[in-house]
Amino acid sequence: MTSPAQGWEVVIGLEVHVELATRSKMFCACPATFGDLPNTNVCPVCLGLPGSLPVPNRRAIELALRAALALGCRIPPAARFDRKNYHYPDLPKGYQISQYEEPLGIQGHLDLPGEDGEPRRRVRIRRVHLEEDTGKSVHDPEFGTLVDLNRAGVPLIEIVSEPDLRSADEARAYLEELRDTMLYAGVSDVKMEEGSLRCDANVSLRPAGSQAWGTLVEVKNMNSFRSVKLALEYEAERQARLLSEGLPVRRETRHWDEREGVTRPGRGKEEAEDYRYFPEPDLPPLALPAAWVEEIRTSLPELPAARRRRYQSLGVRPYDARILVAERHLGEFFERAVQAGAEPQAAANWTLVEWQAYVKETGKGLAERPDAPEKLAKLLALLARGAISGPVAKDVFREMLETGGDPEAIVAASGRQQIADEKELLAVAREVLSANEKAVADYRKGKRNALAFLVGQVMRTTRGRANPEAAARLLERLIEEG
Amino acid sequence: MNATELSAREIARLVALRELSAVEVARAYLARREAVDARVRAFLHPAPADEVLRAARAVDEKVARGETPGPLAGVPVAVKDNISVEGRPLTCGSRILEGYRAPYSATAVRRLLAAGALVVGGANMDEFAMGSSTENSAYFPTHNPWDLARVPGGSSGGPAAAVAAQEAALALGSDTGGSVRQPAALCGVVGLKPTYGRVSRYGLVAFASSLDQIGPFARDVTDVALALSVIAGHDPMDATSAQVPVGDYVRAAEAGVRGLRIGVPRELVEADGIDGDVRELVAAALETLAERGAHVEECHLPTAATALEAYYVVAPAEASANLARFDGVRYGFRAAAGDLEAMYARTRGEGFGREVRRRIALGTFALSAGYREAYYLRAQRVRQKLLLDFQRAFARYDLLAAPTSPTVAFPLGERVEDPLSMYVNDICTIPASLAGLPAISVPCGFSGGLPVGLQLIGPAFAEETLFRAAGAYQDATSWHRRRPPLGGLAPAGGRRRG
Ligand SMILES: [Zn+2]
Repeated sequence: MTSPAQGWEVVIGLEVHVELATRSKMFCACPATFGDLPNTNVCPVCLGLPGSLPVPNRRAIELALRAALALGCRIPPAARFDRKNYHYPDLPKGYQISQYEEPLGIQGHLDLPGEDGEPRRRVRIRRVHLEEDTGKSVHDPEFGTLVDLNRAGVPLIEIVSEPDLRSADEARAYLEELRDTMLYAGVSDVKMEEGSLRCDANVSLRPAGSQAWGTLVEVKNMNSFRSVKLALEYEAERQARLLSEGLPVRRETRHWDEREGVTRPGRGKEEAEDYRYFPEPDLPPLALPAAWVEEIRTSLPELPAARRRRYQSLGVRPYDARILVAERHLGEFFERAVQAGAEPQAAANWTLVEWQAYVKETGKGLAERPDAPEKLAKLLALLARGAISGPVAKDVFREMLETGGDPEAIVAASGRQQIADEKELLAVAREVLSANEKAVADYRKGKRNALAFLVGQVMRTTRGRANPEAAARLLERLIEEG
Repeated sequence: MNATELSAREIARLVALRELSAVEVARAYLARREAVDARVRAFLHPAPADEVLRAARAVDEKVARGETPGPLAGVPVAVKDNISVEGRPLTCGSRILEGYRAPYSATAVRRLLAAGALVVGGANMDEFAMGSSTENSAYFPTHNPWDLARVPGGSSGGPAAAVAAQEAALALGSDTGGSVRQPAALCGVVGLKPTYGRVSRYGLVAFASSLDQIGPFARDVTDVALALSVIAGHDPMDATSAQVPVGDYVRAAEAGVRGLRIGVPRELVEADGIDGDVRELVAAALETLAERGAHVEECHLPTAATALEAYYVVAPAEASANLARFDGVRYGFRAAAGDLEAMYARTRGEGFGREVRRRIALGTFALSAGYREAYYLRAQRVRQKLLLDFQRAFARYDLLAAPTSPTVAFPLGERVEDPLSMYVNDICTIPASLAGLPAISVPCGFSGGLPVGLQLIGPAFAEETLFRAAGAYQDATSWHRRRPPLGGLAPAGGRRRG
């Protein structure tokens, strides 16, 4: 099947809005909480009542700087707020306070992690700026349009990428990496469902190999990571079909219709809008002293890219490192197990398989099992020195999580210490050999897996206590001795 | 003793000493308002008598309890109708805010109330402070107490007239391009535009945010100094309010002018349209200051000639955004209409008056794509240049002097059809506005029985220097002691000079 997209290169730039994790709004003291009764978190300032004035929230500026620094942005000595003018019922002042000509972060970048642990693409960040959210219009069949201004004035940052993404997949990877970076940097809780991360995309196509820019289409209303991928795939296909038929792509804003799985043209006015930006006279220029910026920079924690690199340098496989970083709670479990002395790749395996399965099944986590990582480290030590076998270790792990017991005590009490001593295994081995003459014959003919079968029989008879390697060595010797 | 004859500081002093009760003061002023306001029409929303009396009683009770009643104890204050007083109507002289009441008080008002002042009403103004005659009020024009057939100036015509007609001892106005100083001059009272950032703008309905300042009116310089010392100072609710210490303005008003160097910018004195009498009276005032020990000489402010044009780009541009919130969605007037766009258009078309619509259109145009560079950005550059001019001048002079208004009060109706002739009224006041500098207007004589004002302009935050010169001038003259011929309780002041 040939797709119309063949022969075209997709060019995507993303504009991502991230809501900052402040307690209060950008320019007033109202709470910035989600989910309260409509129009309860409001005051003269965020209602835009006559005579009210904005006063910037220092914490919001600090978080915006954290975001910009986490994205490797350059921070100018001063930034400025501007007014973006347009009329809408959920925009109480008739303008939005934003940053236009002098944003607080410019020229950053975000690397998309690849399969092998090396970045697969560097996406340049054009700018990071601070602005206030608008309210929310709710269209009610009975009451008409209702406006909730609880959101009005909540601080947001807008992160604008250069058009460096080349597929819907990359766009999704970029969003995921951006989300993780913001989460690690403590900038936001980045919940797309609650609207604390929102994304618009600019999509154009050009003939593969060309450096020219195609006609830009803005895609809005994508409400999940999945819908970003679907919407951009759809839009790229749509444009490719037009271009392949020799038809022009219109420069326009289109909205993703999740239900129908299509993008549709917006209300036409959006293109013609002239926002008449000008400096916000109610706010003096925003000084960003180098000392303050440095203080924030040094307070940034280890970010996802660096953490993945560190995990890999510990010997963890790139794929595992990615999962451990993306799933922060697993990463924390892993970190603590390693800190308690567990061998890193073993700790990674156990975290990703046994612990994750336990969390999924029981709904319990580190909060309920606070010393689980340290116990895992002890268990892995028992395993490493051959005191127990792998299958026993899995049982002990479960038991230790459920009872809170110490792995060594559990092993001792259960009498399931591993049997590595050949003298102890000898009787079982002889019994297995005499009961499985066909397998012995197969082995003699050179069938390696016949030995595995015999080892399995030894394990079964000892209820998993036998050390598989010791059993294999012993069986081989006995067969050879005839 | 009639309280309407007393200065604000005398009222406060006597009330604190229990030689006069705040209730007596309130009664006197209410009676005065009753007697003259039907003719002057200074108030859009006169405060109900029982409210004023209740506030006065509270002041008297405070005194009776032995508490300090504040530096403005019992002083009746008129507040321009674009400054919020909690629970009181706030219309900005516009239909679009008809029925709206302020849910909170402006910082300046809170400070006045905390100082013991009595708010006696919301005073008339040009709609959204756009105008120089108070004829752009959507409700009715205010009349000049010196000649009821003439304008009181604007946009703070109501507050100026209220003080001149002794309906209030003090008033708060707002000055964007001269809206305190020009009506002060035309009504024969003292009016101050403080340095931008000196007084909090919180609660002042914005016209042009980078220019607006709340400023006090009074019948003499010392009262203005007293009022400023109450309302000035940093406010955490206004990010543009300055963290500069507040001076002792009352003392400055008595400190004398000796040794001050005063420059007289040729561009402001010789500007087109400046009336001959006005020029002579200002020259005479400068002689008086020289006699009192000031050094007066001519100087230059080259960019002042283009300031008016720059102002009429910057102020409307900011206004176009500031007035966007009046859209009928949340409060105020809303026209019935089918869809959202039609509702916006009809609400704003019917709710705003002609001058406001004109300036919104001007400002929207000046900011629109393709014109922003030619208008808005160019005007900002003029502003920068003007600032440098002032800096150069203040390297040599402590103060600059000029007329406040090019003419005396003009007849009602004379200029309403000709916006350009109205805009030219601001030619002498606009430079200090664009540069954010403090400036004061003091009565300096009469022409044809109508008051003339002398304007003094100081460097940023040098209000004390302004008060020194203004106080010294007033000390040497008696213009400020004349009262308009309204009859009633107040005796007519000195004879009019022709
Ligand atoms: Zn608020």
